[in-house]
Amino acid sequence: MSTRLSTHLKRLEAESIHIIREVASEFKNPVMLYSIGKDSSVMLHLAMKAFYPAKPPFPLLHVDTTWKFREMITFRDETAKRLGIDLIVHINEDGVRRGVSPVASGSNVHTQVMKTEGLRQALDKYKFDAAFGGARRDEEKSRAKERVFSFRTENHGWDPRNQRPELWSLYNTRVRPGESIRVFPLSNWTELDVWQYVAAEDIPVVPLYFAAERPVVTRDGALIMRDDERLPLKADEVPEMRRVRFRTLGCYPLTGAIESDATDLDDIISEMLASTTSERQGRLIDSDEAGSMEKKKREGYF
Amino acid sequence: MNAPVSTAALAESVAEKSLLRFITCGSVDDGKSTLIGRLLYDTKLIFDDQLAAIEKDSKKYGTTGPGIDLALLVDGLEAEREQGITIDVAYRYFATDKRTFIVADTPGHEQYTRNMATGASTADVAVILIDARKGVLTQTKRHSFICSLLGIRHVVVAVNKIDLVGYSHVVFAEIEQAYREFAEKLGFASITPIPMSALTGANVTAPSPDLPWYRGPTLLSYLEEITVEADRVNRPMRFPVQWVNRPNLDFRGFAGTLASGEIRPGDEVTVAASGKTTKVARIVAMGGDLDLAQAGDSVTLTLADEVDVARGDVLAPPTDRPTVANQFAARIIWMEQEQLIPGRSYLLKLATRTTPASVVAIRHKIDVNTLDELAARTLSLNEIAEATIETASPIAFDPYSENRETGAFILIDRETNATAAAGMILHGLRRATNIHRHATTVDRAARARLKRQKPAILWFTGLSGSGKSSVANRVEQMLVGRGQHTMLLDGDNVRFGLNKDLGFTDADRVENIRRVGEVAKLFVEAGTLVLCSFISPFESERRMARDLVGEGEFIEIFVDTPLETCIARDPKGLYKRALAGDIPNFTGVSSPYEAPQNAELVLKTADADVDALAERVVEALLKRGFIESFDDPVI
Repeated sequence: MSTRLSTHLKRLEAESIHIIREVASEFKNPVMLYSIGKDSSVMLHLAMKAFYPAKPPFPLLHVDTTWKFREMITFRDETAKRLGIDLIVHINEDGVRRGVSPVASGSNVHTQVMKTEGLRQALDKYKFDAAFGGARRDEEKSRAKERVFSFRTENHGWDPRNQRPELWSLYNTRVRPGESIRVFPLSNWTELDVWQYVAAEDIPVVPLYFAAERPVVTRDGALIMRDDERLPLKADEVPEMRRVRFRTLGCYPLTGAIESDATDLDDIISEMLASTTSERQGRLIDSDEAGSMEKKKREGYF
Repeated sequence: MNAPVSTAALAESVAEKSLLRFITCGSVDDGKSTLIGRLLYDTKLIFDDQLAAIEKDSKKYGTTGPGIDLALLVDGLEAEREQGITIDVAYRYFATDKRTFIVADTPGHEQYTRNMATGASTADVAVILIDARKGVLTQTKRHSFICSLLGIRHVVVAVNKIDLVGYSHVVFAEIEQAYREFAEKLGFASITPIPMSALTGANVTAPSPDLPWYRGPTLLSYLEEITVEADRVNRPMRFPVQWVNRPNLDFRGFAGTLASGEIRPGDEVTVAASGKTTKVARIVAMGGDLDLAQAGDSVTLTLADEVDVARGDVLAPPTDRPTVANQFAARIIWMEQEQLIPGRSYLLKLATRTTPASVVAIRHKIDVNTLDELAARTLSLNEIAEATIETASPIAFDPYSENRETGAFILIDRETNATAAAGMILHGLRRATNIHRHATTVDRAARARLKRQKPAILWFTGLSGSGKSSVANRVEQMLVGRGQHTMLLDGDNVRFGLNKDLGFTDADRVENIRRVGEVAKLFVEAGTLVLCSFISPFESERRMARDLVGEGEFIEIFVDTPLETCIARDPKGLYKRALAGDIPNFTGVSSPYEAPQNAELVLKTADADVDALAERVVEALLKRGFIESFDDPVI
């Protein structure tokens, strides 16, 4: 592939492309979950490479919780247009009607309704039999045991005790009608790999990853950016402009920023190498209790 | 805030870094998870928030007393935390200045041995843990054997918990000797015993003053230095075609991952199965064509000529081709709860090719403790055997010892879709007949033309006493009356001759149907309409018979009679005896009948008499063009 890639990244790239092509070959109706973050950007880039000069033979799906950063939505629409790829945006309208939001309902209910249930609705509506996700095994402990091809029952359930053995690069893609498979082409990538690949391949990412002056408040030890007027301020809170960036992107009231001066990819990679906290630390939805991610996954979270 | 590292320098050091994949395996409580936790901890791969989380969890789940329990870093699933065991293979990532590592942490619990094979399938090195207090156990032997089966060449014998035996050199030497004696037959290229304590960290990443008698490497320095054979590039080129890329009429690309060797534009390549040869025109990539692709690269090729190439084909050099055959010898590891039944049809996936296949014979199974060869008719979960596999059509492959990518396969259960077995090919058994075969002068079409019919198998299935033989007999009378050439196979003319050595166990029933299917296929070759009337209770066996003949040549006819009606009829008095417990494995009573889901024809005997039902079968044959109506002009 690109001569600028290290041997290690070349191996990871080839493995991911193999996985993406295998899905296109063996499933009737695959879809690529697109969450707008850096991992999704890399996954999409790999899909473009896998089928070049053709376009990827599947659409992108974004499950929009309506609480993403505005810059993410702009970036999403520009990306789909630039690459000429079909983009499906699904919103759990039922959740919207019920007024579910991270502010009113708390992070657990909001994530369950707008993200997990929204995703299930979309997969059922379009009858997708395979869905790509950008999750990496190094992100979280329960992810470390996830297969590359992860089987889901008709109810989108995941049974960690009953996973198919996955040998060599031979993936068992067989499902019955209604059942599906979640596929994780970036399983063996680390956060550092992702950034080095973004740099080497010149892949566009949402500007929120780079440090800039942004209006933030401090809540429960996290720096929360007030992206729009919907986030009510507590009596003693005054947004202040601070030089911050994000290591992961999600719903803005649930995503903590870090103070940083990293304005380009070189800076980000250097900062990462010196970092003493994991990237999910900024995610408020994971820290509730041990096994919280596993519970979400059994229920159909990605 | 920023660390003084430049990206350029970083990229350079990474470019030189190689990747090592290894597995850790051993028995329950040998300390595998603790060892990996220790490697991650000592190489500073644990972040502050993760450490805080396990400090909290250590109080709740920890088994190491006060202080943090490093095993909790890797025991990811809630179920395993509660039980304190690792139940599934987990992958971990860490790097030193010299190498990046992918670690598969594989469980020692006996029923999860299949997960160990999973971890071993992609590993270059195995770290086998032994509890210094317990020595070499059954599981140690089993895991070592699986590592050798899956082609791992280098083994570290990690004699752990050496602190609990007083850092004893004698204990260590005894374990080393016992292990070497056992492993002699396994053919590892190197065995490196290292005394260590994952708990205290002795000899994991740094030498320990408590082990003055040990002069070898620490585990980490061994892993950083070991050279593994990275010779995939030097082996004969194999390109399994994964995806045909056709964005428009002007472009036809073949995408895939190069399994071994190298490809350059201009190279001659042969499609293994058809023997057609052409040249590589371009290696297409986003950002510009490439002039070289090497083993492991995922690329898209275009070819100089329009040759027939599809997913599942393998491109190879004309002078050094893979074996193409439909029968081969292989070692298999059974991974499913349900037993292997020889003759049953599974799906075999090898590289990018998926095809129906069956295990036609188990040569012997292998006792993993003694490596003794034992006779066997079936295989259970976690059993390992040498077997003969037959595929529905010829496929291209290499021996596993020569090529992991084109010599490995999985078997998939067609009912449950479970991955039933992992296989490693030893050698081919029969050259495919379609390459060097001379065209036979008289073929099936010629024979069928003479009989003025299209041959087929009419497969009547149903419970005992459902009336299938009565209907089949009547259909045959009608066909013969119309001048057709037929043959009827049923229990009466098969059980007393061809299959008189078979009983009524599940395995024998499968073999019974397999033989009937093969005989029926010969009659189809002869141009005959073959009527088969067998209870054939299992969907998979009926599908096996179906797979033997061409698409559309198998007509499944479900003679659907409720069990109560059959019991009431009981023409041979068999149900009475079965219900009294005198006949074991009687279908419908003490053995299941899997009703067909996709039969071409369903005959409900409650609705019509035998003549009317037989008429329906004849009509179906007319409609599908197997026989001609008297009004049709003779072609």
